[in-house]
Amino acid sequence: MTEKKDLEKQAPKELQEARQEERVLRPQVDICEDSSGITLQADMPGVPKDKFDIQVNKDSLSIEGIVAVAMPETMKPLYADVSVTRYQRNFSLSGGLDATKIDANLKDGVLTLHIPKREEIKPRKIEVHTC
Amino acid sequence: MFRMLSPFEGNLFDEFRRLERDLGQVYGTGPWPNSIRSAARGAFPPINVGSTPDQVDVYLFAAGIDPKSLDVSIQQNLLTVAGERKVCAKEGAEYYRKERFDGAFHRALTLPEDVDPDQVDAHYKDGVLHIMIQRREAVKPRQIEIKQ
Repeated sequence: MTEKKDLEKQAPKELQEARQEERVLRPQVDICEDSSGITLQADMPGVPKDKFDIQVNKDSLSIEGIVAVAMPETMKPLYADVSVTRYQRNFSLSGGLDATKIDANLKDGVLTLHIPKREEIKPRKIEVHTC
Repeated sequence: MFRMLSPFEGNLFDEFRRLERDLGQVYGTGPWPNSIRSAARGAFPPINVGSTPDQVDVYLFAAGIDPKSLDVSIQQNLLTVAGERKVCAKEGAEYYRKERFDGAFHRALTLPEDVDPDQVDAHYKDGVLHIMIQRREAVKPRQIEIKQ
């Protein structure tokens, strides 16, 4: 009987945590490719430079950021479109990209990542010689 | 964990409003009345509004905007923010995803009646536009002393 009670007590807390973890904002992105590599731009307003976490693990790229907008403690919310403080999104990288040379830039809440292609697979122009 | 946005987290009424918007998207309009100036779901930029006894704070999550191009105006207690975001497309590049908002936007919101349209301050940082509108002195809660 006591065991059952314990279980009942535990469940909601764990559920809460799981739900908390699920509540993330998916930043909107633009992704394009040119001959030099892939450029990814993500809208992450409210995330200062030191609250970003960009990780590359094998073939996956993870972008994370925590919203840090200072607000008075006594504030009462009247309306909220944004009610989650964490942005998170994952992408899988294809083999031809050089994940060790990712370049990241931040300007006005827009994160720009440039993922270059590996040197050996960059397109090369082949000149045709005439005899 | 960081909890700066905590007054906005997990608000039950927001959840209801979100549900209303989601349902509106699926079934058209619901039987309940919409606020006449309410925006459709996913409107750009997302807005948070909070109030303290001294002021009303409006936060617009508008990344990648030149603050000079923004047109913020207040008429009595109606705040409107208009602007344009131009997402420069890379020439010669092939796009796989284009989710970010591109173009002109306009949002209007009705603030509490007691705001003072003459005392407005706005800042733009990390892609968030923060507008502070002071409340009028007369309506601030005041402690009343009881004399014996």
